[in-house]
Amino acid sequence: MDLAMVPGTFNEETKSAGVHPLKFALILIIVSIVMMFAAFTSAYIVRRAEGNWLEFELPNILFIDTVIILLSSVSMQWAYFAARNNKLGVLKTMLLLTFGLGVAFLAGQFDGWAELVRNNVFFGGTESNPAGSFLYVLTGVHGFHLISGLIFILAVLIASFRYKVHSKNMLRIQLCTIYWHFLGALWLYLYIFLRINH
Amino acid sequence: MSSTNISTHEVHHDVHEEHEHHHEQNFIEKYIFSQDHKVIAKQFLFTGIFWAFVGGFLSILFRLQLGWPQATFTFLEPILGGWVENGKLSTEFYLAMVTMHGTIMVFFVLTAGLSGTFANFLIPLQIGARDMASGFMNMLSFWIFFLSSIILLTSLFIETGPASGGWTVYPPLSALPQAMPGSGLGMTLWLVSMALFIVSQLLGGVNYITTIINLRTKGMSMTKLPLTIWALFLTAVLGLLAFPVLFSAALLLIFDRSFGTSFYLSDIFIAGEALANTGGSPVLFQHLFWFLGHPEVYIVIMPAMGLVSEVITTNSRKPIFGYRAMIGSLMGISVLSFVVWAHHMFVSGMNPFLGSVFMFLTLIIAVPSAVKVFNWLATLWRGNIRFSTAMLFAIGFVSLFISGGLTGIILGNSALDIHLHDTYFVIAHFHLVMGAAAFFGMFTGVYHWFPKMFGRMMDEKLGFIHFWLTFIAVYLVFMPMHYLGIAGFPRRYYSWTGFEAFNMFADMNTFISISAIIGFSAQFIFLFNFIYSIFKGRRSTPNPWHSNTLEWTTPVLPGHGNWPGPLPVVYRWPYDYSKPGAVEDYIPQTVPFSETQSSNFPHEKDLE
Repeated sequence: MDLAMVPGTFNEETKSAGVHPLKFALILIIVSIVMMFAAFTSAYIVRRAEGNWLEFELPNILFIDTVIILLSSVSMQWAYFAARNNKLGVLKTMLLLTFGLGVAFLAGQFDGWAELVRNNVFFGGTESNPAGSFLYVLTGVHGFHLISGLIFILAVLIASFRYKVHSKNMLRIQLCTIYWHFLGALWLYLYIFLRINH
Repeated sequence: MSSTNISTHEVHHDVHEEHEHHHEQNFIEKYIFSQDHKVIAKQFLFTGIFWAFVGGFLSILFRLQLGWPQATFTFLEPILGGWVENGKLSTEFYLAMVTMHGTIMVFFVLTAGLSGTFANFLIPLQIGARDMASGFMNMLSFWIFFLSSIILLTSLFIETGPASGGWTVYPPLSALPQAMPGSGLGMTLWLVSMALFIVSQLLGGVNYITTIINLRTKGMSMTKLPLTIWALFLTAVLGLLAFPVLFSAALLLIFDRSFGTSFYLSDIFIAGEALANTGGSPVLFQHLFWFLGHPEVYIVIMPAMGLVSEVITTNSRKPIFGYRAMIGSLMGISVLSFVVWAHHMFVSGMNPFLGSVFMFLTLIIAVPSAVKVFNWLATLWRGNIRFSTAMLFAIGFVSLFISGGLTGIILGNSALDIHLHDTYFVIAHFHLVMGAAAFFGMFTGVYHWFPKMFGRMMDEKLGFIHFWLTFIAVYLVFMPMHYLGIAGFPRRYYSWTGFEAFNMFADMNTFISISAIIGFSAQFIFLFNFIYSIFKGRRSTPNPWHSNTLEWTTPVLPGHGNWPGPLPVVYRWPYDYSKPGAVEDYIPQTVPFSETQSSNFPHEKDLE
């Protein structure tokens, strides 16, 4: 879906006042992702209420990941402010830092999966239970979107090396910041949801 | 025509001057990977028409079986090959055809073909925009849809056949490849195709909403929008909220099928042997599916409602009755559509109290629907009606919507639904109210906006014949089905002759099948008219229907950018037809009040 965010396809001439159309479109895409996770988490609740539900400990690394992704939101916002103040060096550093934290988050999630497998909580197969499968699906689909966010950050990073991100050209980084904050908030929601419902 | 093209081209050049070097569009950029919303709309229309004929043909095939259960169809062998054995349709193929007919019609024709065509075509033209918010996303939306179409079409030709578990693909039937041949590769292709379809719908929907919210021309407030745009807007909102849920449901089904999870599977025995899957819930899928599935029927019908509102008011030469009530009822339908899904599941073993809640909410939908019907009839009332083909189809739509809607009230009652569930009564209900009605809405749109799409008129005489044959055939097909359904005749059965109770309906089934064949044949009149008129139709004037909306202020064949000069400015609502004191019986939206002093109402004097 993020392919669609390629900037420059929009005809500026017809833009009316208010929110930029691409920003609006991004918000709508976020709404559709929210609906997807609303479906998953409500399915989780409904299914759990029916019984035959495997109870297991959440991997501890998920908490560390939560901290990491919150930090990455901070660095992303920092990058945004740097772009607005034309501090291009800080901008690049912060984008790189955000990217690194994002990768660290993914690595952590992967490690969480490994821990689950060590504890005999499997995604599929004869010993699997929807309780475990749901955890893999929630983290996996979130991780997939996070990868799309990383690609977005990379695109903005490349643009910043070409001097295309600065106070007069904020659209790219603005969209990227919104999306990244959304991914962080989504994970926070999932983490709290899992903490409460398991 | 050529001069028009040149002038639009020059302006287009100005528009892009500051952005990039403008270059001549070659054939591929102009007609294939085009980012022009009008071309994309036509691409959706052509694909939709193709699918409609495929879906219709499948229904004729299974109507042959139902109408003449004892007959042999050796003449079908050349086209169906192995699916006909000794002149008898294979039972598996029968189920596959029923499934594919549903999938194709609901998703590929009435969702993509209908709102894909008219949202793309009408939104920029009627709100006064040069194009969609993102032409690239729009192009991507069509081509992903095209890819999804190819995958679904391919699944028709594989050895084990396409998906066969019904268009609702309930697990465990759809989840276990060993359940039936169609649940193998055919089902996998169905899921892949549907996943792509959803992505395409989301890309399109995001674009439609953004365009309507952000790119309205000067003066075009939300309450000056034509009802078509309101309908398409709310349709897109429904799609945006509902389709991701289907995506989630499909994703979990894919995991169950291919990765050994048990989201929907539990305690299943196949050939006396227990499967390893435990802990799943098949009803969970039904909840997720119908959370999309119910809004989906409104995604199908609401664009048709919008098109019909526009055509009825234009051809009645009267303002639409209750403009705000029309918007309000669309909003009401949109909200309610998300809280009624479980009325598809009354017999799934759900809590009867919950069933009562869903029944109550379902019956409330009758209110906004009745408001709409009342307003259409009130618009027609004492209007100066022009029976153009589009108008005939619009009136036909209202008729079908009433006939099909009334049985919805019956089916919405959970107690009655226990008897009527999965009978032909349900088939009759939804084919009238969302199948045939949405098709009539689509025909309305095609006949009415054909001049804007192709610069030529469709033939009215052929349209007239097409309308009457279709209209009569639809009623002849679906009215008897109510009777079958009340008698308990079950849907999806291949060998219904095996039941004593249903044998007496042989003649009625033959009658329905003959009517269906007549109705399907009539569509070739449309096809001929459509293709012939594209090339040889009578040339159209810029505003052939004397309509008020903005699309008719463009040149006959608008170029990329739609208006050669500056964008039009809107001063009034789109329904100033037969205004007392006006020179003509229509006042386009672009005419300021200062130019129409003779017809202004007292409160409009301030706007002069």
